[in-house]
Amino acid sequence: MTYLTRDPLSVDRLLAEVSSPTCGGTSVFLGTVRNGPDEHGVTAIEYSAYEDMVEAEFGRLLADARGRWPEARISVRHRLGTIPVGEASIAIVAAAPHRAQAFEACRYVIEAVKQRIPVWKKELRTDGSEVWVDPSGRPAAKPSHV
Amino acid sequence: MPATVNPATLATVRVRFFARYAELVGRSEAEVSLPLPATVGDVVRRVREDFPGAGDLPERPLAAVNLKQAKLDARVQDGDEVALLPPIAGG
Repeated sequence: MTYLTRDPLSVDRLLAEVSSPTCGGTSVFLGTVRNGPDEHGVTAIEYSAYEDMVEAEFGRLLADARGRWPEARISVRHRLGTIPVGEASIAIVAAAPHRAQAFEACRYVIEAVKQRIPVWKKELRTDGSEVWVDPSGRPAAKPSHV
Repeated sequence: MPATVNPATLATVRVRFFARYAELVGRSEAEVSLPLPATVGDVVRRVREDFPGAGDLPERPLAAVNLKQAKLDARVQDGDEVALLPPIAGG
């Protein structure tokens, strides 16, 4: 199983993976690269990862989710490389017999990704600068000697 | 104290750097040897002392041992892979 790809994400493929006649609700979450008012001319984000650990940690994370929602069927992919504004960096789909479980499982996975999955992002900006992003969404402070 | 360190009491660990930390240290991996018993924190201290640029790494970074997050007081063994992880920013 690989949870990583360098290609554009296919929601259809993930939906097919979780599809089941026993599931009456499916929740989809897409995280997309943003250039909002709080950004500074972001054109794309370059995603990198500790790939071996991402694979291992996603396995543990999804096992945790299945422990909480045993009837849920969950698939996830994280895209790496340079992703332009507007395109998805992560896709999560959770199908379950009822909608509450589907919403909850999907939310659980994205929140856990933010805590546990070793992925990093560098903003590429219109002025040519490149800035590592810290988890609060603000650019990382430069080291003291710069 | 013995005059020499018995090789059996030495651990050699592979250290990996990612993202901004790799830029600071100027490399993506290194190998360090240190006497046992040793912790992740000992590895961090050794790296900060031995590699130019590594002094700018935090004293208490997020770390992983063999693909799993680990605290700085976790023990390391010979052959372990210790990764120093910048604040996670995935999704």
